[in-house]
Parts: sequence; structure tokens; C-alpha cells
Amino acid sequence: MSAKAGQEDPRIDGIKTKIRVVPHFPKKGIMFQDITTLLLDPKAFKDTIDLFVERYRDRNISVVAGIEARGFIFGPPIALAIGAKFVPLRKPKKLPGETIFEEYELEYGRDRLEMHVGAVESGDTALVVDDLIATGGTLCAAMNLLERVGAQVVECACVIELPELKGRQRLKGKPLCVLVEYR
Amino acid sequence: MFAAENGLKGDPRLEAISAAIRVVPNFPKKGIMFQDITTLLLDYKAFKHTIDIFVDRYKDMHVSVVAGVEARGFMFGPSIALALGAKFVPLRKPGKLPGNVISKSYDLEYGHDCLEMHVDAVKAGERVIVIDDLVATGGTLSAAISLLESVEAEVVECACVIGLPEVKGQHMLKGKPLYVLVEPSGLDDHLC
Repeated sequence: MSAKAGQEDPRIDGIKTKIRVVPHFPKKGIMFQDITTLLLDPKAFKDTIDLFVERYRDRNISVVAGIEARGFIFGPPIALAIGAKFVPLRKPKKLPGETIFEEYELEYGRDRLEMHVGAVESGDTALVVDDLIATGGTLCAAMNLLERVGAQVVECACVIELPELKGRQRLKGKPLCVLVEYR
Repeated sequence: MFAAENGLKGDPRLEAISAAIRVVPNFPKKGIMFQDITTLLLDYKAFKHTIDIFVDRYKDMHVSVVAGVEARGFMFGPSIALALGAKFVPLRKPGKLPGNVISKSYDLEYGHDCLEMHVDAVKAGERVIVIDDLVATGGTLSAAISLLESVEAEVVECACVIGLPEVKGQHMLKGKPLYVLVEPSGLDDHLC
């Protein structure tokens, strides 16, 4: 369901126009995709959630995993609407219980994503949610965490894709659903 | 004020919510009994009850903004905002919001921290609910109230899932009402 695929849902244009681009944040050269302005439009925010819920409600998804922090904004409403668990995937040392971690590469250096042991079980079917996919490094780390505990990742879902960064190819063959592309 | 004292006494949903919260001793440091809401998010029915109780309370109060404190306020706030037809405004740690921001620093036990909001997110006169998972000393919520008042918004109430004993009996925070669903779970409850 990307903005270019076949018949575009009429709600997508309303969503795209609500995303604010902030040049040179957090550093020079980056055109930052700001979803906070989307969250200020109740109809556009609802449409965003509805589009994902309509896609996933009959897919027997048992867990929605959201990536800190903007994945926490979109993931829980989707989880609640489709009757799934919500699992936060967090930066190091935020989760209080026993965790497992997966490292991923940054432009300079590495970071880690953590998940609580026991939150996701073998046999769970998972959707991974974040606001945006760039290089796909964080989403790939999220998928690895889920698969390591025996869950099956059904799909990754993001509001925005930066296709030039080819993140879609880093998802180990798993499908990606996005609403809006930014070139 | 606690929900049980305000019309929800004996409501079985509160029991389910409380039972779903896990206590993690000595996190982030010795002596703290951390109230972990991630187990509540794994319990679909209890999570839904949490959202429903807040939505029922605020749906007739003409609330146009739900402001959520990073990061656990993000897990509850947007669902409430969607159900109310309100805007969701994230209140974030410094340096995360890309646009023009206003900041408010607040005290921690050791040192201080800072909360930021986009200046153009909330307009003067808008009626706002502030949401976080837990209220302890009220420092973070007070900073949130300051941010919103500095743009002349009206904070209708602060809402939290859990309220620590320090706030029991306290109905107001910086002059604003405080609404809490449950007290902390005890040590011997369901250690998952």
C-alpha cells in the first residue's frame, strides 16, 4: 500500500500534506519528516490508523511491536483496534525487566534495541511499526529480536518511506507497507 | 484523585488493570519498586479498559488536546486522543522535536531534566489533558502544565494510570486536578 501502488486511497493525500518537512534537522543535509503535525489533525491521524487497521485486522496478528519512540504513537492504537498485544522495543536500559537486545549500525557507531523476555512467545505473529523507514537498520534489528524468540514477522508498517535509502531491501524478504514516500 | 473514589469504586476493570501491572524491584536503582506497565500492554482487555475509562471521563469535557509525556505517555495518549477526536501533542526530552520549541526544566532526585513542546502545537484557550503512565512527585507533570500554560492553554486535568503514595489525598497538582486509576501494585502480586 505505498503511495504509488495502483489505486491510491483518497485518504493518503490528506495524510501526506500533514507531514511537515524540517530542513537540516538533526543536522545539515537531512530533510526531517515531522509527523507531529499529522498528530495535530485528528482526521488525518485517524485515517492513518484506519488504513493500517483495515489492512491487518483479519490477518491474525497477535503482537504489534513498536519502535521507540514514534512507533509508540502509532503502534498501540493499531494493536487495540486489531486485538493484539503491544510490545515496546526500546533503547538500552529503559525496560525494567530481563531483556534481550539486538545491535544495529548507525551512520557513526552502533546502537541497541531491547525487548522484554517473555513479552513475545514462539508462535506469535508480529507486525513491526515505526513512523518512518530510512536505511531499514532499526526495523531489521526489530525483526531479528522477534524471530529470535520464535515469532513470525508478518509485515513491517511505516507511515513514511525514504525509498532512495533502499531500506525495503534490508527486511530479509519480509513485506513492507507504507502510506507515503518522500523523495 | 483516585478513580475508585470518583465513581468507579468496585469497578472490576480497575482490578484487572492493577493485576496486569508488574512490579520490578530495585529498578532503576536499589530501593525503587518499579511499576512496569509493559505487562498491561500485553493484556489486550486490560489495556483497552484503561483507555476506555479515560475516554469515558473526558468525552464530554470538550477536550481538544491530549498531551503525552515521553515516552510512556505516548503509549496511552494517542489512543485517548483518537477516541476523543482531539489533537495529540508529544512532550519530549530535549533535542528530539525538530521545530521551534519551548522548554521547561524540572528537578529530579539528583539533578534536573527538561521537557519540550512545539510552540505551534497548542493554541491559547485550548482545553488540554496531560497524560503519563505514572505520577510520583509530580515534577514532570508540573513542567508539562507550565509548558501548556505558557501558551495560554487551559489544563483541564492530569491523568495517570498509576499514582504513588506521595500523591494520595492530593487532588490537585499546581492547582490542576489529578486523576489516577490505581495505586502501585504490591511486592507479592504476580511477579511475571
